[in-house]
Amino acid sequence: MEIKKTSLNKLHQGNNAKFVEFAGYEMPIQYSKGIIEEHKFTRSHSGIFDVSHMGQLFIYGDENLTVELEKIFPLDLKNLKLNCSKYSFLMNEDAGIYDDLIITKIEEGYLIILNAACKDKDFEVLSNLLGKKYKMYLDNNRSLIAIQGPKSVEILNSIINGVDKLHFMTGNWFDSDNQKLFVTRSGYTGEDGFEISISNDKAEKFAQNLIEKGAQLIGLGARDTLRLEAGLCLYGHELDINKTPVEANLRWAISKSRLSNGGFIGSKKIKNQMQDGASQIRVGIKPEGRLIAREKTKIFDDKNTQIGEITSGTFGPSVNGPIAMGYVDKEFSKVDTKILLEVRGKKHPANICALPFYKKNYVKGVN
Amino acid sequence: MSEVKFSKEHEWITLEGDVATIGITKHATEMLGDIVFAELPEKGSNVEKDGTAGVVESTKAASDVYTPVSGEVVDTNQAIVDDPSKINEDPEGSAWFFKLKMKDQSEMESLMNKEEYDKFAKESAS
Repeated sequence: MEIKKTSLNKLHQGNNAKFVEFAGYEMPIQYSKGIIEEHKFTRSHSGIFDVSHMGQLFIYGDENLTVELEKIFPLDLKNLKLNCSKYSFLMNEDAGIYDDLIITKIEEGYLIILNAACKDKDFEVLSNLLGKKYKMYLDNNRSLIAIQGPKSVEILNSIINGVDKLHFMTGNWFDSDNQKLFVTRSGYTGEDGFEISISNDKAEKFAQNLIEKGAQLIGLGARDTLRLEAGLCLYGHELDINKTPVEANLRWAISKSRLSNGGFIGSKKIKNQMQDGASQIRVGIKPEGRLIAREKTKIFDDKNTQIGEITSGTFGPSVNGPIAMGYVDKEFSKVDTKILLEVRGKKHPANICALPFYKKNYVKGVN
Repeated sequence: MSEVKFSKEHEWITLEGDVATIGITKHATEMLGDIVFAELPEKGSNVEKDGTAGVVESTKAASDVYTPVSGEVVDTNQAIVDDPSKINEDPEGSAWFFKLKMKDQSEMESLMNKEEYDKFAKESAS
């Protein structure tokens, strides 16, 4: 299959991107300054991320659509206000996660942002569940650009006046350059920032404009170190079809009222796990010294029994040390528990630690 | 000091008497990106030509470091273990990895000179 390119591909090339294939797309892993510089620039200034490979699923329908979607997502969608967003999951009957996503209430429907590698499967799953009653499509004519970091609000507001009024996890339509942009205050770096849905033909000019105002392009490499420092899950690593939201320590994302009433796919399993506890749970892990423990590194207790596995591990540029996330047996999940990581045949000491590794700077209320 | 020689695994080596100094090339560091971890062989241990003699990790991945010649490890560069970013800064100078007392200096003969290596690196990168 031919590799897909986003509408910012030429801009990446012009900025000396090193490319990798990611979910069938040619995506920039880094630019000439490298991952650590890009990471730090995002934390101190403002980084631009091409996330156009992600799915933008629009579903339109009446109140029935909300009723139908509540049978799928563990969310109180009836009380979700216009332009408000929630983090959620698409699950199977065993509460295994097909994908993690952001759903936003828009006029007459919903906008759901899906992971690139999962979007086609998600569409199939949702189509099977919802039937043909609702207008639903993955919009391939729109790009998605994230701008993240403390200077992002000032930079974006100078181009799209009014975005500074958005609260965290809300969005709205804005007019800019004779077109409608959907802007949400959100992101996946642990910083304040925005995601902008924009038509493909305007995307490059828009990103260029952000660069001229002082933001810089950031690759997927730094996106990964940023989200890991922020303790955020990445599908295919922390999350997959064999993991539940309870195991992933994401019970905060499940609506309390929906949990007590049930009636969504996977609700029985989730209820049981909430009561009895999951046998394994996602934790933060800090190796001692400078050792980096990558994905699939085995975790042991002091009696040499395997108690879990790392799902993501790297060097955290802002933490200035190695960081990781993984799953361990419940009894080892307490903060400060000492564990051992097997790297290149040797066992190295590490500690369970609280997430996030890096404290967030989300803007909650601005008005 | 001898002419700098290079291996296909992107190590450089110089010889002074029977002691070889070994590090990784600038080209290797550019391929790896930001290096954040380095592990070196133990002093006093013996390493074999083309065998592993350390590890470097970038933000992206771990890579083995090989030794282009055999010998006994007589010194290692603790400075790059303490601050691996030095490897990106000066890979072919102060950020050497380890020194070996060579057993068989004829092992140097099969290695590339600078011109040959530059050509090899350019071809392997494309």
